[in-house]
Amino acid sequence: MARTLITFPANARRGEIIEVKAIVAHEMETGFRHTQLGEAIPRDIITHFTCGYNGVEVFSATFYPAIAANPFISFSTVATESGTLSFNWIGDNGFSVTETAAISVS
Amino acid sequence: MLALPASADEARRSGYDFMSRATRAMQDEDAANTGMLWVKDGEALWNGKAGGANRACADCHGDAVASMKGVATRYPAFDARMRRPVSLEQRINLCRTEKQKATPLAHEGPDLLALSAYIGMQSRGMPIAIVMDENTKPFLEAGRETFNRRQGQLNLSCAQCHEDNWGRKLAGNPITQAHPTGYPLYRLEWQGVGSLQRRLRNCLVGTRTQAYAYGAPEFVDLELFLMWRANGMTLETPAVRP
Repeated sequence: MARTLITFPANARRGEIIEVKAIVAHEMETGFRHTQLGEAIPRDIITHFTCGYNGVEVFSATFYPAIAANPFISFSTVATESGTLSFNWIGDNGFSVTETAAISVS
Repeated sequence: MLALPASADEARRSGYDFMSRATRAMQDEDAANTGMLWVKDGEALWNGKAGGANRACADCHGDAVASMKGVATRYPAFDARMRRPVSLEQRINLCRTEKQKATPLAHEGPDLLALSAYIGMQSRGMPIAIVMDENTKPFLEAGRETFNRRQGQLNLSCAQCHEDNWGRKLAGNPITQAHPTGYPLYRLEWQGVGSLQRRLRNCLVGTRTQAYAYGAPEFVDLELFLMWRANGMTLETPAVRP
């Protein structure tokens, strides 16, 4: 189902600093917990987030076991040209979510 | 004794008023409100066909933005055929089993939370408007009785914390007035969205009381009383709470 929320201005002026906000749904299991029978619950977290602007990486983040579930990321970038912003979250157990959204720069 | 909601307007405070600035900021902006993930899921479910009738919610009710506006402010509402009030979650499941010929959704399951969050959000900003009439009154009074009854191993009533001691602290957390203004809501402690009944369970377990099952009549009565007690307060669904 819908597992991401991405917000940034769809239209921007060239050279304008825009704020980008992104949320992704993920339960985040730290790997430090145990079941009642003492078995370790394996780690299951998102490990890396990148944002590309027309194929060029403009922001990235590495996550560690202390990350909250459904993490909220906010960062800014400069609106250089019209095109697409792509968002990619990758994590344990083959987790991978990619979203793209268009931006128009005038 | 409980003051009538109408006369206690100034004194009544939503859980929002007790929150930190950071948590308020999360609720204030949809782009930062994690509960909106559930709302988005709910919109997809609303428009998706389901069950033997192969019908979507939208096929009967149309666009939820118009048809569901204000609905959540009236729930729990009296259902003539059930001869008792039903919660919004139960109403969704009644629609599913009767109109969509589908299996009911599990209480606290992701789908029911998503749908109720989506329907609830259509009433965001509207005043809670529970009707007390000859149909609902006995159930509302049963809820009031539960609210005021000492129970559990700690022998505490809801009122002893939320009426007599609101604004003080319990284990470092502010005790609120227990107005259910934003359910279903994203609770940081849960790392997810939960219903009012899940929150009530939380308090019952805290006082070491045997909690009711989800959807139990006692829960719906208590929900009805609490919503009536919050009549006129603004609905915040999907709210964020610490």
